[in-house]
Amino acid sequence: MSGTAAIEVRGLKREFRVRQGLFAPPKRVIAVDDVSFAVPAGSVLGVVGESGCGKSTLARLILGLLPPTAGDVLVDGQRLSGMDRRARARLIQPVFQDPFASLNPKRRVRDIVAMPLIAQGNIAGADVDRRVAEALERVGLSKDQGVRFPAQLSGGQRQRVAIARALVLRPRIVVCDEPTSALDVSVQAQILNLLAELRRDLGLTYLFISHNLAVVEHIASEVAVMYLGRIVERAESETLFATPRHPYTKALLASVLTPEPGLGVPDVGLGDAMPDPANIPPGCRFHPRCPVAVAKCSVAAPPTLRDAVGLAECHLVERAA
Amino acid sequence: MSALLEIEGLRVTIGSTAAVRGASLTVNKGETHCLVGESGCGKSITALSVMGLLPKGSRRETTALRFAGQEIGRFGERDMSRLRGDRMAMIFQEPMTSLNPAYTVGSQMTEVLRRHRGTPRAQAVDRAAELLARVGITAPGLRLGQFPHQLSGGLRQRVMIAMALMCDPELLIADEPTTALDVTVQAQILRLLAGLQKDLGLGILLITHDLGIVARVADRVSVMYAGEVVESAPTAALFTAPDHPYTRGLLSCVPVPGKVKRDEPLGSIPGVVPRIQPGFAGCGFRDRCAMATPACAGTIPRRDAGGGHEVLCVLEPRWGGAAAA
Repeated sequence: MSGTAAIEVRGLKREFRVRQGLFAPPKRVIAVDDVSFAVPAGSVLGVVGESGCGKSTLARLILGLLPPTAGDVLVDGQRLSGMDRRARARLIQPVFQDPFASLNPKRRVRDIVAMPLIAQGNIAGADVDRRVAEALERVGLSKDQGVRFPAQLSGGQRQRVAIARALVLRPRIVVCDEPTSALDVSVQAQILNLLAELRRDLGLTYLFISHNLAVVEHIASEVAVMYLGRIVERAESETLFATPRHPYTKALLASVLTPEPGLGVPDVGLGDAMPDPANIPPGCRFHPRCPVAVAKCSVAAPPTLRDAVGLAECHLVERAA
Repeated sequence: MSALLEIEGLRVTIGSTAAVRGASLTVNKGETHCLVGESGCGKSITALSVMGLLPKGSRRETTALRFAGQEIGRFGERDMSRLRGDRMAMIFQEPMTSLNPAYTVGSQMTEVLRRHRGTPRAQAVDRAAELLARVGITAPGLRLGQFPHQLSGGLRQRVMIAMALMCDPELLIADEPTTALDVTVQAQILRLLAGLQKDLGLGILLITHDLGIVARVADRVSVMYAGEVVESAPTAALFTAPDHPYTRGLLSCVPVPGKVKRDEPLGSIPGVVPRIQPGFAGCGFRDRCAMATPACAGTIPRRDAGGGHEVLCVLEPRWGGAAAA
């Protein structure tokens, strides 16, 4: 492992302009707000948070599918903004949530998987066939399944096709945006096992986005918690799950319902104030829902604390010794 | 405890698919019964057949279908529509598709009461406001005048729950009520349902694919696979001593923070859920089961493991030790 991070983002910001009524002036929605982090090669950064927290926008920025309003994305040490599309595709690839929507229904599986190779424009036909066969085998699909159409496959098999397509260019980095959320639990386990095995065998780096904390805990080495566009806590996976520091992380962890009977449903203590990215509260953006907020939380934005444990943005978190 | 809803030998055929194949279950008064299974196992179809809301072209047969002691299996549409929304109510997964986008929350909520009870409008509005407050909605007066698109997902689901409660139902069928919601909101909605059940003595049939929800809210669990209830037990027994190979497999698939080591593979069930044709005999799980024997193609006995724990399997209860998978 060299000193270069597989993914590095610096001061990344993305705004959208949203009209809330026909004649209302457009409103600025800051989906990702000054986010910086680095993912070492070969590791898995899990990103968790509720809907609307900006985690999917972050994925699209890192994939280069959306230009940032400010800040930089570096993939394998190179700036994404100046990079050729084909070069970018060789480095970083996506796997999305819904394998029903992300596969062309009119193409056969092997043609779907071949598309990134063909788009490169300089790979011979025989090489394309060989590499498609390799990729399909790698994800556990048979030759026979290669000639079928997506509609003839189950949800799990379709997600395998999406993974094969992501791997066919042999990228270093895969961005997984809710890759198992549309799948049944038994199929989810198969896909998680496959992703873990591929990472080990191919030395891949994952950015793994999910709202399911148990899934993230299982696969990620480090976890970032997003709230209304900012990373409010980041730490090694074991540390974050054992000793969360931010009140929002604590609430998220408390709301995970593990299959342990008799424990009941916990009171997560977040109240009814739902986060709205179009109306970000002053001070700490979490304070209207925070069960331990004090007076200054509604006035001053908390400082970004970086210490030996990781990162936290909360007035009440003390620097680790 | 007395039985509120008794389903015996339910069979539903939709086109050339046997969606439900002889399922039986009982929901007692004041009890939460969870029906758990993967997509296509027949759990939603079971719920819809109780409500008399099956899609066109489906055929339903039952040995018995009793609600509060009364046989409703032969009820026509007229009698069913009198029960629905009144004594038995249902909430669905996606509140955006089950609320009418063209009407305000208030007019949709009061319609139920005015139709079933002929309650005057002003009184119905009071009742709606009271229930919105009961499900934890602040400023209910404001919400009554709003349209569904103006509410967040969590609020919409609360509106659905409040609407289901308008006529004081005895039975609430909830089909994946929190699947579309964030985990934090899910916890709030489940707590709300548990509180309502305690206060109102509701019987709840909760349909879910999430074993975490089952463990936390159910009194009793029925596991469905390929149209059959393959295992049914009190919640603690099901999680500590699962007996059906499918239940054991399903439990091993769930990642549990702190229990399953990172990078160690999760358990998984090979293969995919089969589509069962009418006339299929034997155990629907046998093609994916590591314990399958030739006997699995025959008639499968319903075994009693004691303490209200029943398993549809040729294996003896507690096979391979009581080891939880």
